[in-house]
Amino acid sequence: MDLRSDHFALFELPRAFRLDVAELDARYRNVQGQVHPDRFAHAGAAERRLSMQWATRANEAYRALKKPLERAKYLLHLAGHDVQAENNTAMPADFLMEQMEWREAVMEARGGGDHHELERLHNRLRADLDRRYAELGELFDVAGDLDAATDCVRRLMFLEKLLHEIDDALASLEE
Amino acid sequence: MALFQIAEPGESAAPHEHKLAIGIDLGTTNSLVATVRSGIAVVLNDDQGRPLLPSIVRYQADGRIDVGYGAHTRQAVDPKNTIVSVKRFMGRGLKDIAHVEAMPYDFVEAPGMVKVRTVAGVKSPVEVSSEILKSLKARAEAALGGDLVGAVITVPAYFDDAQRQATKDAARLAGLDVLRLLNEPTAAAIAYGLDNGAEGVYAVYDLGGGTFDISILKLTKGVFEVMSTGGDSALGGDDFDHRIFCWAIEEARLQPLSPEDGRLLMMRCREAKEFLTINPEAPITARLATGEMVDIKLDVATFAEIAQTLISKTMQPVKKALRDAGLRVEDVKGVVMVGGATRMPQVQKAVGDFFRQEPLTNLDPDKVVALGAATQANLLVGNKTGKDEWLLLDVIPLSLGLEMMGGLTEKVIPRNSTIPTARAQEFTTFKDGQTAMAIHVVQGERELVADCRSLARFELRGIPPMVAGAARIRVTFQVDADGLLSVAAREQTTGVEASVVVKPSYGLSDDEIAGMLKDSLEHAKDDALARALKEAQVEAQRMIEATAAALKEDPHLLSVAEATRIGEAIEKLRVATAGDNRRLINIAMDDLGFETQEFAHRRMNQSVNRALSGRKVDEISMGEKT
Repeated sequence: MDLRSDHFALFELPRAFRLDVAELDARYRNVQGQVHPDRFAHAGAAERRLSMQWATRANEAYRALKKPLERAKYLLHLAGHDVQAENNTAMPADFLMEQMEWREAVMEARGGGDHHELERLHNRLRADLDRRYAELGELFDVAGDLDAATDCVRRLMFLEKLLHEIDDALASLEE
Repeated sequence: MALFQIAEPGESAAPHEHKLAIGIDLGTTNSLVATVRSGIAVVLNDDQGRPLLPSIVRYQADGRIDVGYGAHTRQAVDPKNTIVSVKRFMGRGLKDIAHVEAMPYDFVEAPGMVKVRTVAGVKSPVEVSSEILKSLKARAEAALGGDLVGAVITVPAYFDDAQRQATKDAARLAGLDVLRLLNEPTAAAIAYGLDNGAEGVYAVYDLGGGTFDISILKLTKGVFEVMSTGGDSALGGDDFDHRIFCWAIEEARLQPLSPEDGRLLMMRCREAKEFLTINPEAPITARLATGEMVDIKLDVATFAEIAQTLISKTMQPVKKALRDAGLRVEDVKGVVMVGGATRMPQVQKAVGDFFRQEPLTNLDPDKVVALGAATQANLLVGNKTGKDEWLLLDVIPLSLGLEMMGGLTEKVIPRNSTIPTARAQEFTTFKDGQTAMAIHVVQGERELVADCRSLARFELRGIPPMVAGAARIRVTFQVDADGLLSVAAREQTTGVEASVVVKPSYGLSDDEIAGMLKDSLEHAKDDALARALKEAQVEAQRMIEATAAALKEDPHLLSVAEATRIGEAIEKLRVATAGDNRRLINIAMDDLGFETQEFAHRRMNQSVNRALSGRKVDEISMGEKT
């Protein structure tokens, strides 16, 4: 493995969606423990540069693998599947309709300062996300159905964004 | 062979080879220098036993420069030439500075950073700060009795790129080798974490003289991981003084004051604030130059009212930092208090109420940052402490973005990304035959470019002429472990490296720094060339030692032929270093660098492999030695 390895190979982890996050954390820390610029603060210029490249690389890989949505996008990227950005035209109408209903509910709760309702929306969405991530694990690691996984990832991109909006609304109410 | 008499890095061969490293807390109000002696971090006092150096610099007409207490006592009589709280001006334009009207200085708006006109000429904040650093450096050299290998200098976590760059420039000007710019809250956590051996999530609440920082850190098995950071780089103890000052003017019904009287009253207000820490009431008395007598009393209740707004202003960033870290108040195991301003009982109570626990105050809040910086400096130069080594993973405090069409920003590197980090972005041309392109880098969280801080404007030149949209220019933004940004650009289809012209919006260009260095050296009747030679020799020596240590550690990674070539390159560099031709030293360093490039790669791969195979490197090297 070297600087050009893919993110999974860099940490010597199997290329799969289901991942032991505690193991990833430990490996990331072990690698940084060896390559971090603080270990080379007093080394020559060439080694300092190399250390920065490695530490940068380790951070990039860790960031891409740590969160399930990023990890899924990365797996699709490795397999040559294009996820595209959140592109409305690519999504089925009923999904988009559902999204609009969610958004309206969030806006209403936010406007009314309804903390309790926002919490409820957050929990409902969180449960929905967890279910979809479990499904994604099946699609990637068991069925190997990358087309279905791509579709699932696109939906998750919408839903994660929505969750973010709910959390923002909750935060603004707290202030 | 001489080669093998050199100790491995991090393994001091003999006690006298302990490398001299210092930590500097370059504060708004006071600065400190600390070092690790016999495994314990200690603040170095001045020759009168005082740990603090007031961050005050006074310029005199005859060229003399007073730093610290000497300047402090003269500030009321010579306010125009006595610069206090210079940290607030670092990397800042005039429009960024709060309460300019209450300051006695003759500001000069210069491109980039504001400057101050003194009797000794126009001075930039970088120069003023370098005087403070020089004074601390001299103190450390006198106390430690030798040349310093390097220094860790702390900055507020919330400092942006321009402020960090200015700090590093000041150190360079003072002749300090900066091992790392370290965030103040992180330094405090190091000082606390190692003493208490604690694991868990900690909040560091750092209210200094001029800046406020909040950092959320996670400590696990010797790793300090900064989860998020936030703050206000223009809010600190000074603002409490200023509020009392405004109150006093109203209370005593004073007319607008002269700079001298203003400074005098401000000093009295500050003293009153400190007095109130343990007393129910503080007198504010001052005889003004006008003959007027100020004689009023400030009680705790009134002060609490005055302080209330400022204290609650610090709680917004605290909430945001917790949210960014994805944590709740109850996840926080301890709250570390840093900065002299946290001595105010009102601040301690507000923080305690918010986190629902007594904040930690067992280390002196004035010293804790310097102590942590010294501890980190000691680690960075490779002095073994006997304790386990720890690793620090810090973050960038503010997002880096680019100006897009319509004055909107597009984030390239989001805030709280672990550093070092890099992102690449692709651009294309929008006109046929276009050979240049302007890129504007900003820092901040707001959507409009106008609301963010302008960091730099880059011009990419030398793009090969193509039809519109055909060129693919990949711009890479790299943030190093000091939190500083650099940019590189390459046209992808032809491989042409587009030249990057950096125009820092704030901060100094390399030419300006070189000019200042030259000036300061001429002033000291030193020789710039001699200094450059010395620097090259030190760098060469460092390289020889590091390479020799690497050869000793990993001879198995090289073929006999490769080892011989490296050995020859070392010998050449050794010969060159003994001479006084800087050019020859640099050539020999380049040659050695070239010969060892592949070796360095292999060594890095090896250590990563070892890290992943779960075996401790110590065990392996022990095994190989026997």
